[in-house]
Amino acid sequence: MTDATADTPPAGPLNSSDYAQRLKKRHDAEWRFRAYGLGAIFIGLAFLVTLLYTIVSEGAPAFLQSEIRLEVTFDKAEIDPSGSGNIDDIMKADYAAMVRRALRDQLGNVGNDRAARAAAHRLLSSGADLQAREIVLKDRTAIGQKRDIWLIADGDVDSFLKGSISRDTPEDRRRISNQQIAWIEKLQADGRLKARFNTTIFTRGASANPEMAGVGVAALGSFMMLVITVLLALPIGVAAAIYLEEFAPKNRFTDLIEVNINNLAAVPSIVFGILGLAVFINFFGLPRSAPIVGGLVLTLMSLPTIIIATRAALKAVPPSIRDAALGLGASKMQAIFHHVLPLAMPGILTGTILALAHALGETAPLLMIGMVAFVVDYPGGPLDPATALPVQIYMWSNLPERGFIARTSAAIMILLGFLLVMNALAIWLRTKFERRW
Amino acid sequence: MEMARTMTETKVAGTAPTEAIKFKIKMSGRGVNVHYGAKHALKTVDIDIRENQVTAFIGPSGCGKSTFLRCLNRMNDTIDACKVSGDLKLDKQDIYDKSIDVVQLRARVGMVFQKANPFPKSIYENIVYGPKIHGLATTKQELDEIVEKSLRGAGLWNEVKDRLLDSGTGLSGGQQQRLCIARAIAVSPEVILMDEPCSALDPIATAHVEELIDELKSKYTIVIVTHNMQQAARVSQRTAFFHLGVLVEEDDTANIFTNPRDERTQGYITGRYG
Repeated sequence: MTDATADTPPAGPLNSSDYAQRLKKRHDAEWRFRAYGLGAIFIGLAFLVTLLYTIVSEGAPAFLQSEIRLEVTFDKAEIDPSGSGNIDDIMKADYAAMVRRALRDQLGNVGNDRAARAAAHRLLSSGADLQAREIVLKDRTAIGQKRDIWLIADGDVDSFLKGSISRDTPEDRRRISNQQIAWIEKLQADGRLKARFNTTIFTRGASANPEMAGVGVAALGSFMMLVITVLLALPIGVAAAIYLEEFAPKNRFTDLIEVNINNLAAVPSIVFGILGLAVFINFFGLPRSAPIVGGLVLTLMSLPTIIIATRAALKAVPPSIRDAALGLGASKMQAIFHHVLPLAMPGILTGTILALAHALGETAPLLMIGMVAFVVDYPGGPLDPATALPVQIYMWSNLPERGFIARTSAAIMILLGFLLVMNALAIWLRTKFERRW
Repeated sequence: MEMARTMTETKVAGTAPTEAIKFKIKMSGRGVNVHYGAKHALKTVDIDIRENQVTAFIGPSGCGKSTFLRCLNRMNDTIDACKVSGDLKLDKQDIYDKSIDVVQLRARVGMVFQKANPFPKSIYENIVYGPKIHGLATTKQELDEIVEKSLRGAGLWNEVKDRLLDSGTGLSGGQQQRLCIARAIAVSPEVILMDEPCSALDPIATAHVEELIDELKSKYTIVIVTHNMQQAARVSQRTAFFHLGVLVEEDDTANIFTNPRDERTQGYITGRYG
C-alpha cells in the first residue's frame, strides 16, 4: 500500500491520510517494541558479563597454587624401622618432621630459636606432610631415598604472592612477617617457590586450610546424587507421563492428579528437603548427609518437571502418526513405543536434562538433610557422608580467609562448567534425535 | 434376514434394468448411531458395502461420512467421547462384539488417511511395519517380497525401488499417499477405508491414486470418503450420500448422479449447497 506507484491513487478508506497516520502508528509501535526487546537483551547481557567477570576474576587465581620444591629425605628408620613395609608404621611416621627438616635445609640459616623455626615451618601448608605420606604410599621405593618434590605452600604465602597481603601493611598487622618475606624471596630466587596449576581444588575434600580444600568430595557427591536421580526420576517420570497422557481415562480423578503435578512443580525446593528429612531420614532411618537421601529428594523435586516435559513432548507428536500405527493394527502400546515415544524423545531428553541441571544446582533441600557437613574423605558409596557442589560453595562462602573467597568463585566456575556441559548435552541429544515428520 | 443379507444374491439395480449385477456383501451396518458427547453425529444408518466394489461416501462437511468410515475399523475407539451403537458386521461377525480383537479387525480393515502420514522412517520400514507386528513375515526374503509386491500394488515401485532406505517423508505428497496405500495393503487387508485420500494432492497425483483405486478393487473392498463428486463418479460403483448425520440415499453411482431419488441429493450434486 505504501509503495503504490500510481500518481493519483483512487480515493478509498485505504488511501486516506487518516489511514496513513494509523499505518505510521502501527509501524512506530513495532519499532518501539523491537527497541524494548533489544534493550532487555542488552541489560541481561550486561548483568551476565558483570557476573561472569566478578566470578572469573575472583576465582581464576584459585586455579594456581603456590608450591615449594623441597628435597625430602624419606628416612627409613622413621618410616619403616622393621623393614617389613608394615602399613601402620608407614601411616604413623612423622612426615611433618621430614618436610620441615628439608625446608630448613633449603632455607639455610634458620637458627635454633623455636619461634624462628615455627615461623619457617609456617611457610609450608599443614597438609604438606600428607603429601609426603601419599608419595610413600604410592611408591614404596621412595623409602630411604631423597626425592625432589613439590609441596603446597601455606595459604598466607599464597595470598602474599597473589598480592592479597600487602608488603606495605605494618608487620604487626600482617599475617606474614618480614623474616618470612625474606625467606619467600630467597626460595623464589632459587626457583623453588612457584605458582603451579592447582590440582588440589579438584581432588581433595573439605579442609580448614584453604590451600588443602577442594571440591572433589562435593563433585563426587553431586555425581552420585545425579546418577540416583536419573535412574529413578527418568523411568518413573516417563512412565507416569505416558500413562497419564495415553492410557488414563479423562475424569475428575485424573484431572486432580494433573493439577497436583503442576502444583508440585511450583513447590519451593526446601519443602522437598523437609519432606526428605521427615520421610527418608526420620521414618526410613537412612543416614544423614548421604547422597542416597539427596538423590531421593532431588528425584521428588525433578519428577513433576520431567512428567510435565514428557507430556508436552508426547502431545506435540502429530496425531496422524498415532492414527497411522493404529490403522495398521498396532496395539496402543506398540503405537506409543514404536512411533510416538521415539518422536517425543528429543523433548523428553531436553526436559529431563534441564530438570537435572536444576537439581545439580539445588542447595536448600540438601541443607535440610544434613549434606552441609565437613567431609574430608571420599564417600565409598551412596550411603557414606558426602557434600554437594552448591553446598560446598555455600560453606566456603561463609569462611573469612582470602583463600576461601577465591575458592568459592573457583567452585562456582566448576559448577557452571558442569551445567554448561549438561546443557550442551541436551542440545546435542535434541539435534541427534530430532526427525522430520 | 441374517442369511438374506450375507448370501450372494442377485439384484436388479435401479435404472439399469437390463444389467444384472452379482455381488456379495462384505460389511453391513444396521441402525448405527454415533454420539460425540451430547452431539448426535450419525442417526440410524443402514448400509451394505459390497465386496470388490468401490463405495463412495459423499456429503457436505460435518455430515458424518468420515465418522461412519471410522466406525468400520473402530478408529473411533481412540476418541473418548465417542459412543457407537447399532449393528456393524464384517463377514457376518459383529465388529463391536467383545470377542473381536480390535488389533485384528484393523489388520483386516485397513485405512488410508486424509493427510499422507508415513512414519518418519525409511520407505522399506514403512511397508514392513504392519507385516512385522502381525507376524505375517519373518525372514528378510519374505519381507523383501512383501515390500516389492505392496509397492507394485500401489504403483510406486518403479519410482522408489532404488531408494527404499530413504525416508518416507522425503517423497512428494502424491508419492507419500501411495506409500500409505502400499503400507495398508502390505498387511493383506480385506477392506481398505480411504478418508479423502486425494484432498491434499494435485490433479496429477489424484489421477494416479484414482487409477490405483480402480485396480485395487479387484482384490479389495474399498470405501472412500470424498468431497469431490467427480471423483466419486469416476471411481465408485456405489455412492452413499450423507446429510446432517443421516444416510439420505445409497444407490449405484450412476443412479445417484443421474437420477437421485431424494431432493437433498439432487441439491447437493447440482451444487446448490454443501
